[in-house]
Amino acid sequence: MIELESYLLLSAITFVIGVIGVLTRRNAIIVFMSIELMLNSVNLTLVAFSAFLGDPTGQMLVFFVMTVAAAEAAVGLAIIIALFRNKQTLNIDEINILKW
Amino acid sequence: MIMTFETVLFYFLAAASIASAVMVITRRSPVMSVLFLIVNFFSLAGLYLTLHAQFIAVIQIIVYAGAIMVLFLFVIMLLNLGDEQRLAERISYKKMIAVGLSFAVLMEVLYVVAYSGTEFPTKNLERAVEIGTVEYIGRELFTTFLFPFEITSILLLAAIIGAVVMAKKKID
Amino acid sequence: MNLIEPLVKVVLILAVMLTLVILLVYSERRISAFIQNRIGPNRVGPKGILQAVADVVKLLMKEDIVPKNANKPIHDLAPMISIGVAMSTFAVIPIGGTMVLLGQSVRLMLADVNIGILYILALTSMGVYGITLAGWSSNSKYSLLGGLRSSAQLISYELSMGLSIVGVLLIAGTLQLDGIVQAQSAYIGGWLPAWNVFLQPVAFVTFVVSAFAETNRLPFDLPEAEPELVGGYHTEYSGLKFGLFMLSEYVNLVVASAIIVTLFLGGYSVPFAEYMNLSAQTVSLIQVLTFCVKTAGVILFFVVIRWTLPRFRYDQLMDLGWKVMLPIALANLVVTGFILAAFS
Repeated sequence: MIELESYLLLSAITFVIGVIGVLTRRNAIIVFMSIELMLNSVNLTLVAFSAFLGDPTGQMLVFFVMTVAAAEAAVGLAIIIALFRNKQTLNIDEINILKW
Repeated sequence: MIMTFETVLFYFLAAASIASAVMVITRRSPVMSVLFLIVNFFSLAGLYLTLHAQFIAVIQIIVYAGAIMVLFLFVIMLLNLGDEQRLAERISYKKMIAVGLSFAVLMEVLYVVAYSGTEFPTKNLERAVEIGTVEYIGRELFTTFLFPFEITSILLLAAIIGAVVMAKKKID
Repeated sequence: MNLIEPLVKVVLILAVMLTLVILLVYSERRISAFIQNRIGPNRVGPKGILQAVADVVKLLMKEDIVPKNANKPIHDLAPMISIGVAMSTFAVIPIGGTMVLLGQSVRLMLADVNIGILYILALTSMGVYGITLAGWSSNSKYSLLGGLRSSAQLISYELSMGLSIVGVLLIAGTLQLDGIVQAQSAYIGGWLPAWNVFLQPVAFVTFVVSAFAETNRLPFDLPEAEPELVGGYHTEYSGLKFGLFMLSEYVNLVVASAIIVTLFLGGYSVPFAEYMNLSAQTVSLIQVLTFCVKTAGVILFFVVIRWTLPRFRYDQLMDLGWKVMLPIALANLVVTGFILAAFS
């Protein structure tokens, strides 16, 4: 029998890996994927709590997180395509138009 | 400790998900990252199954691995991201600090989970199996969670329109 | 845990499926020859029946060429994904009811998952990767274009396919494929078998059209349109790996036909069999035979369509998928929902 702690630890580890990805990579698409990684680790926590507490709310929340992630991927990738058209790069260090 | 089938499965899936997550953020080629992220999603789906959440597990595969990651792959191919030299990653002190801080956060969480002496609930197997089924989730979704469910449709519509508008070459 | 029974089933299903594929290749070549007023393969074995075996041997002996600058690991991985996805779909399809064999009753399906349909949907959505990665990793324009086209096509038609399945689900009230077959063994008005093709004719049509698109068959074989794209996503493949792609295409065809039979044509159920006072053993044998005959019929339909219809243009294909199939499937779903709500 696996305890709840194991799931929480695993999810913490994948979350931190995602954070490191966001902070260190410069390819916009890989940064985006690291965000998906973080979302998924949170989903794991939610499902684990839901199963251990016997409360379906956690799994509902995961369902909504997935919908939001789908919407986010569509819009985010559209932004990436638009960026690439304008600047011919996906390096987020070069996409610094906000600090002209 | 007796290694039952369940424990072996859990440790295998956990190792797979951590290893693939590390590969996602270390690969140079975005396509390889996508592939390892798919492996990660599959191992997470397996973990959901060990938690008896069969609906979430299948949805994970259909939505994440089957739809979102295809979209990623599609965009990577469309932009033909072959030129990786320009994106060559440098190691700077900022990044070292970032990694260090991330590890600090991890240690903090590990401490809270493992050593704080918090009482964690134990699993009621029958209940866990019951709430994971498609029937139960469907009933909840269309009764208790009807309002947020309807709202998501507006969110998806907005996302569709937004994506079309932004990906268009010229808005006329 | 009894491991022998599932293993035997796996071996049996693989054997049956591969035999079916070999027969399918042969019959397709003969039928296409008949339609085009040719003779077709007639040299290997009596009436050319061993032609498919000869083809397999030829593919096995050929050199495996990997293009320069191709991504070797992914180039190897792509055909494996294709064939793995195609074959594992068959695991949840019921080929018959319960049969008494060697003193114990055996369910004639590999895994009776209670979310069988979601499993099938998940696997079909995985099939895109094999084709897309094959196109990308070959490092060739034609392959890449073929791969991109095919992934766009598969994604577009997956939607109408999923929506037409939902209509069936509303009627059956279960995600279990065996349950859907059971629901179809009733009768409408006492004489018409309650097959979903009669209850959901619109969904049947949209599903079959989407199945054509999902299996990359003519009139939707855009991913490998020979005159425009050389060979599409498998232009740069040769030998065994090319053979795997061909095999997965035919396995997909068999699987798609089996799914159509299970969801819409009553699966293994035999109408009016219960009035004939047959023994349980005979009934289960007849059920398996019925399933095979129905599947073979659908496959034949696929083959004849392939050799009689011209190919769509790419924009026509997309228009059909998004502007015709999807609205029809959605409307069908709404109407079905209203009717079910009115009668319950």
